Amino acid sequence: MEKSFKVIAETGIHARPATLLVQAASKFDSEIHLQYKEKKVNLKSIMGVMSLGIGQGAEITIITEGSDESDALNTIEETLKKEGLAE
Amino acid sequence: MSFLRGIAASNGIAIAKAYRLVEPDFSFDKKTVDSPETEVARFQDALSTAKGELEQIRDRAEKELGADKAAIFEAHLLVLSDPELISPIEDKIKSEKVNAELALKEIADMFVSMFESMDNEYMKERAADIRDVTKRVLAHLLGIQIPNPSMVQEEVIIVAEDLTPSDTAQLNRKYVLGFTTDIGGRTSHSAIMARSMEIPAVVGTKNATAEITNGDLVVIDGLNGEVHINPTPERLDEYKKQQEDFAKQKAEWAKLVHEKTITADQHHVELAANIGTPKDLKGVVENGGEAVGLYRTEFLYMDRDQLPTEEEQFTAYKAVLEGMEGKPVVVRTLDIGGDKELPYLNLPKEMNPFLGFRAIRLCLEEQDIFRTQLRALLRASVYGNLKVMFPMIATLAEFREAKAILEEEKQKLDSEGIEVAEKIELGIMVEIPSTAIIADQFAKEVDFFSIGTNDLIQYTMAADRMNQQVSYLYQPYNPSILRLVKMVIDAAHKEGKWAGMCGEMAGDEIAIPILLGLGLDEFSMSASSILKARSQIRGLTKADMEDLASRVLDMGTTEEVIEAVKSVTSL
Repeated sequence: MEKSFKVIAETGIHARPATLLVQAASKFDSEIHLQYKEKKVNLKSIMGVMSLGIGQGAEITIITEGSDESDALNTIEETLKKEGLAE
Repeated sequence: MSFLRGIAASNGIAIAKAYRLVEPDFSFDKKTVDSPETEVARFQDALSTAKGELEQIRDRAEKELGADKAAIFEAHLLVLSDPELISPIEDKIKSEKVNAELALKEIADMFVSMFESMDNEYMKERAADIRDVTKRVLAHLLGIQIPNPSMVQEEVIIVAEDLTPSDTAQLNRKYVLGFTTDIGGRTSHSAIMARSMEIPAVVGTKNATAEITNGDLVVIDGLNGEVHINPTPERLDEYKKQQEDFAKQKAEWAKLVHEKTITADQHHVELAANIGTPKDLKGVVENGGEAVGLYRTEFLYMDRDQLPTEEEQFTAYKAVLEGMEGKPVVVRTLDIGGDKELPYLNLPKEMNPFLGFRAIRLCLEEQDIFRTQLRALLRASVYGNLKVMFPMIATLAEFREAKAILEEEKQKLDSEGIEVAEKIELGIMVEIPSTAIIADQFAKEVDFFSIGTNDLIQYTMAADRMNQQVSYLYQPYNPSILRLVKMVIDAAHKEGKWAGMCGEMAGDEIAIPILLGLGLDEFSMSASSILKARSQIRGLTKADMEDLASRVLDMGTTEEVIEAVKSVTSL
């Protein structure tokens, strides 16, 4: 499953937001990836997420694959929205 | 027993066991392992011990510094659980049969250099985080203890090369009785911290970390700038006696908490305190501060990853204004740049940061940052006696522009129906010689001056105050500095304005008699210096000090000036 978002947080996805996303993703068994431009990283990897340097206005796609893929996608979406990171 | 000489950075005498806050040796050899499985298990053990430690540090930081400051450790923990870090290390151990140390180091270094090569200052900083956490695992693999002052459970003297703001934030104030460092001077961060914690410190000893081992009994003599290592019983007794005397002396000074600061011939001056956060107010009140003469707002901006909001700033300013109960509070607008960096602003590195894009220069260019701060200040102004001060003003045009921006924000608030205090005094820091020299022109437009001597001395002497090799040029009593100070005070008085001083010099016992004679109105210093200064001033007369001041202005060297002060005072 996959879904795209637009980053609205002023500072983009930096330390704290990245921490929250990785924590959320790590709860699931599914493979979860984040795609930004042509790069795709493991969303369970803090360094992977941070290495993208995602700024405000970026278009990102979350891709989940596995037994709990739909729960995972929902949770990630919730985190993104609740924290005002993306829409 | 041995002995080190350094710079007395904070008063008092401390006696305790040494605790070295020194980077251990992380070197190791490349090895081939027979059983990669055992090696992977050894790696996992080290990893989980490191995680356990970090969890403890996080919990402690959360309790003592708040969830905000603990967030960084949350991120560190995630690094240690990062599959992109862990799997390649384990793979490397298995496929190449190398020791865990080597595999960890090589993979971690790859990530470090990846982050370091990013063209974003903030990301570059993250490289340091990765290095930090992986080092913790490496330490466990090597069986090395990483010093962790936040876990100290007995009274200690901290021994370090230097102490950074994050080191000092980790110190457990209950157990740290004093500290000594290899480098630094009276105005370095470690010295300022020691005075605000009110613990004795001797900095700039050059050899403290080389000479002192963990567990040595150390005496920090913050009165004379001496450090004694494993002293003889006689010397130890002597120091215990001095420690008692100093405690008595402090008790004597404490009686002056509610007294006025007046000379023997009834001249009143104001003794104010320098603060960095609302938390410092307690010390101001306990030491009988008559005002806050310098509120360094940059701490609101430091140790975080984005600018503080208007609301956060408003809360801090309001707390300080209310805490001072109507007494004056001089707030310095953002003074960033130079030695104080904000990684998240992504400012380019400069060849000469002290002469570069900093303080008001930055604020006039990055006006969003400046306006947010001014709005927060204006909104807070109704809660006390606010005075606003601009740092690093070099020209009248800069002052006029800063003032115009403040006026604009005030009008905007007015039109939004938000209340602002009617009269807010507007002043400048005098720390650049150009401004001191035409202080008479500035005095027509500003409400007050506050002389920032730390920078004024460094700019007048053309001597970097961070550079040990030219530290002999940090000469507050040099007649050149005294004449500049006189020009500023005279210029203020001619226009009916007041002049204060917020550098280290204002609390210095040699400088105080001269400054009193020159007519300085306000002395702003570390809170812990106030009572001593009050006691000194009450024993002097303005008339004699005027005489002294006029004589020292005609002298040629620092040494002559010190001699003259000592000859007419009891120092």
